Amino acid sequence: MKWQFSSDVPIYAQLIAQIQTTIVSGTWPPGERLPSVRDLAAEAGVNPNTMQRAMTELERQGLVYSQRTAGRFVTEDRARIEQARLQCAQRQIQTFLDGMEQLGYTREEIRLLVEQETKGES
Amino acid sequence: MAVLEYREVTKLYGGVAALDGVDLTIEPGRIVGLLGPNGCGKSTFLKLACGLLAPTAGEIEICGGRPGQPATHAQVSFLPERMAVPVWMTAAQLVDFYQDFYGDFRRDVALQMLSDLHIDPALRVREMSKGTREKVQLILAMSRAALLYLLDEPIGGVDPATRDYILSTIIANYNPEASVIVSTHLIADVEKLLDEVVFLQNGQVILHDEVDHLRESRGMSVDALFREVFKC
Repeated sequence: MKWQFSSDVPIYAQLIAQIQTTIVSGTWPPGERLPSVRDLAAEAGVNPNTMQRAMTELERQGLVYSQRTAGRFVTEDRARIEQARLQCAQRQIQTFLDGMEQLGYTREEIRLLVEQETKGES
Repeated sequence: MAVLEYREVTKLYGGVAALDGVDLTIEPGRIVGLLGPNGCGKSTFLKLACGLLAPTAGEIEICGGRPGQPATHAQVSFLPERMAVPVWMTAAQLVDFYQDFYGDFRRDVALQMLSDLHIDPALRVREMSKGTREKVQLILAMSRAALLYLLDEPIGGVDPATRDYILSTIIANYNPEASVIVSTHLIADVEKLLDEVVFLQNGQVILHDEVDHLRESRGMSVDALFREVFKC
């Protein structure tokens, strides 16, 4: 996976967001065994302690779980993954709406523009 | 036990203070950035830790011992800013040399890194480019299984691709018992690698905090914070 970082947000928070995306998009399917913290840290070019911190938070969120000897896995709870996917979508929409508001569009204008833009698709 | 502890450490050169009353503790398993403008005392700080210099006042404890003593030396791997190996030696001879000196030297690691960076072991230091010399010295320093690594500007003279390789080597080498202190001006490059940063100014510690805590509380990167704090 490709890791990208912006400069103004804590790195562990960016790691959490990027791993969430990897899980809800199915790139890491339910039940998949994750690489070790050290390997993931090396791949992302981040401090292993920071990667560990992100993993601990993802465990707390119920998106990954660890088995003492076997390693760490993506949850098999598909409802939990779907719920996380929805939260990711809501964050994207909020970011989009904030950007449009800065441009001075009302909600109604935004809705019309999105309809026009997606017409003919799908 | 802390890997490094400075208590009220001062170092005077003539009447000029290069370090001025520094109190600092580094715990095991930490990767620490030692940051500050030119002449702020970074190199003096590192030379004191490895025992090349003695403090004018204050106390230094490294892995439970005094800097420079044989037992401490065996646990500290120092990468100096300047070339500090004989220039007539080849890379292969340097590997032998380090193996003779240090019981914790990992020959296989050193040879693998030379090969990864396409450095001919038969090449003499004298024949190497500036960048290659820096790579060889870093390979020697990182190939030890030390408890404290002191790296004085390890990535300043190498190209960005090699920089990435060196940084990933530091991550791959990570040991929860050991700590790494890196002095550098290339903050943006190392920031993701660091647990904590120390800002030095005029020989004093003006800030010591965790990178993610700084990003959270200041809403900016350490690189941006550095530019703000040390604005000329």
